[in-house]
Amino acid sequence: MEAIVKKRIKQVIKGDQDAFGEIVEIYKNSVFQLCFRMLGNRHEAEDAAQEAFIRAYVNIKSFNQDLKFSTWLFRIATNLCIDRMRKKKPDHYLDAEVAGTEGLSMYSQIPSNTELPEKELESMELQETVQKEILKLPEKYRSAIVLKYMEDLSLNEISEILDLPVGTVKTRIHRGREALKQQLRYV
Amino acid sequence: MCPDHIIELMHEYLDEEIDLEKEKVLRLHLQNCKDCETIFYELKKTIAFVKSVSNMQAPANFTANVLARLPKEKKKVLMTRWFKNHPILTAASLFVVLMGGSLMSTWNHEREFSVTKQRNLIVKNNTVIVPKGEVVKGDVVVRNGTLRIEGEIQGDATVINGEKYLASAGHVTGDIEVVNEVFDWIWYQMKKTAKDVVGVFDQTETK
Ligand SMILES: [Zn+2]
Repeated sequence: MEAIVKKRIKQVIKGDQDAFGEIVEIYKNSVFQLCFRMLGNRHEAEDAAQEAFIRAYVNIKSFNQDLKFSTWLFRIATNLCIDRMRKKKPDHYLDAEVAGTEGLSMYSQIPSNTELPEKELESMELQETVQKEILKLPEKYRSAIVLKYMEDLSLNEISEILDLPVGTVKTRIHRGREALKQQLRYV
Repeated sequence: MCPDHIIELMHEYLDEEIDLEKEKVLRLHLQNCKDCETIFYELKKTIAFVKSVSNMQAPANFTANVLARLPKEKKKVLMTRWFKNHPILTAASLFVVLMGGSLMSTWNHEREFSVTKQRNLIVKNNTVIVPKGEVVKGDVVVRNGTLRIEGEIQGDATVINGEKYLASAGHVTGDIEVVNEVFDWIWYQMKKTAKDVVGVFDQTETK
């Protein structure tokens, strides 16, 4: 697949937009999903995903063809979503870093009465519930969790996408898992 | 309370990065600790839930919408295609590229009346007359004026940015050409350049 993509990229660099259309077809679902999980709204997600592809197109010449295209593309999409999230509203949910607690389980500091009422949970589809809980995660845990479990990427790839050391990615995934577990334990 | 490192081991396990030794420690602890077993189960359940909802489809027409929003760089490809279908205009474009701005500025600056100097040509205001019954030898070029041919020109008659009247008795042995638009002008220059180039080759060959 990467080989096909590399070939298409060469055509795109020559100005062939049809070749770019093929690249969009290959990655549209994962990029859309990434944006939807990050932004939580289909309309916004579609717009962001489109913009991610447009940015990739415009900057295609700066793409290092020795690297994996998907990593580069996801990096564009993730940064774009984070930008949009920050513009939308400040994220104070869970986000305050408590000094000296890096690596400890975050949920132990959250009061447990933030759980959803059981009836509400029962009436909601799992899909909606999971989405809702993911959206409650602070941006840095959210991106790591979405890339790991929804896009099914390796820790190394995520570290490249987020431009963070693998150790930091791990910590974020751990905390994301802990926070989600708190919310999803009664489902 | 269980030691924090047991939770750490769970995460290492979930990251698929645990070694056998640690995995043994974890298993042993889980067998004997109901609380940790529950935590571990819930963590695995959480991951399973998140994974289970992770196959979203992009909206319909997504790709078409992206392509529609792309900057119009496609022109390059379109132009290449167009060039292939219009070789003469392509040559003209190439000529423009080669001659660049200098040619255009020539076109813009040469707004003044001028005419090639030949015997028997009469010039009145911006009108050049080849009088009836007279013969003008050589190519006549009039810029920004009118050429009236009542007699004979033994050569080409060219009017650049002006008009030409050929009387019934008038006669031109060579080509008559009126160049009024920039593109005509370019075309004219192209042919001239080509002739000059050919001329140069002819000369070198005859030497
Ligand atoms: Zn325990």
